[in-house]
Amino acid sequence: MAHISASVYTSHVPAIGAALDLGKTAEPYWQPVFQGYEFSKQWLRDHTPDVIFLVFNDHATAFSLDMIPTFAIGTAAEFTPADEGWGPRPVPKVIGHPELAAHIAQSVIQDDFDLTIVNKMDVDHGLTVPLSLMCGQPQAWPCPVIPFAVNVVQYPVPSGRRCYMLGQAIRKAVESYDEPLNVQIWGTGGMSHQLQGPRAGLINKEFDKAFLDRLIADPEGLAAMPHIDYVREAGSEGIELVMWLIARGAMSDVNGGKPPTVRHRFYHVPASNTAVGHLILENN
Amino acid sequence: MPLDKPYMDVPGTTIFDADMSRLGYHLNQFCMSLMKVENRARFKANERAYLDEWPMSEEQKKAVLARDLNRCIELGGNIYFLAKVGATDGKSFQQMAGSMTGMTEEQYRDMMVKGGRSVEGNRYVGEKK
Repeated sequence: MAHISASVYTSHVPAIGAALDLGKTAEPYWQPVFQGYEFSKQWLRDHTPDVIFLVFNDHATAFSLDMIPTFAIGTAAEFTPADEGWGPRPVPKVIGHPELAAHIAQSVIQDDFDLTIVNKMDVDHGLTVPLSLMCGQPQAWPCPVIPFAVNVVQYPVPSGRRCYMLGQAIRKAVESYDEPLNVQIWGTGGMSHQLQGPRAGLINKEFDKAFLDRLIADPEGLAAMPHIDYVREAGSEGIELVMWLIARGAMSDVNGGKPPTVRHRFYHVPASNTAVGHLILENN
Repeated sequence: MPLDKPYMDVPGTTIFDADMSRLGYHLNQFCMSLMKVENRARFKANERAYLDEWPMSEEQKKAVLARDLNRCIELGGNIYFLAKVGATDGKSFQQMAGSMTGMTEEQYRDMMVKGGRSVEGNRYVGEKK
């Protein structure tokens, strides 16, 4: 049977992708950001899964205001990096895993989560920047990726509690897949940031650090935090952090297993407008 | 019964909810059209003519022409959509975000390097700083 071996959490700031694509990683501004992922790149080389289930949000790229799915699972064989207005990022196309994705859709929908099934979707920086941070600049991504898009653009976004429960349903779905695949689940976005209005530039290190602590040790309590606390404390775009609870909910301790091992933790301010947070948790 | 909107008292912040989305539908869809390279070229060649192809309000068109992002947001624009206009102009997200704060590009960048805008005094409208 398939299993989830680890979860990875990371911000997906577009400027990080641009810095990488334009060869600026050694500049003093960017060097500390990329330094924080050196361990992670080696870790991923040593622990390359068969599939990455990547939770991200689309930033008005694949989904305009014509359709706004709350949860959308990518079931296609491949996904093209999108032109978000600056031209497409020069990164490999993303190879999907249609069989596992379809299996997860079938299982999770029958577990009362009404996913939208997406057979054609370009993927934006929300998905490609985490891959770049964790893999560098390879010719091809190291394994297939199932994109899982969450609406965090139009309010109300799904609650932390809903996301946490969805993660549990995803774990169950993965564990009922016959092939013995090693699956990682990644939660992306955040941490504190606000991109709009006179309050733009908001950063709340205390909030972010407490969020990381609680995500590790008290995810259930953290999942009860209402939207307004994210908005007020972590900025209007800090709400992306609910996506981390999907990945956390899929870890085995939530289902009575042992607590995960914290393999890596990193936090840095700033990357452009945003606080960068990163965790790697391994199942035991 | 009106919906509960507990986010109305967060200073300098507009939450893009269903009401704002309805107000800004055509404005945001115009922005979306700029994801195509040929549309970016047509918009750059004659901004007003391109905007006139969209059933947007005059206020929305003027706000786009002035690149007044705060006004665009007030009129239903969402930053991820408005970012397509910024991208067409060759602006980064940091330049766009900074333009809404009343700070110069350099002041905003310096603030971010020093750890960003503090949440202290910025949680509630009318809160003492």
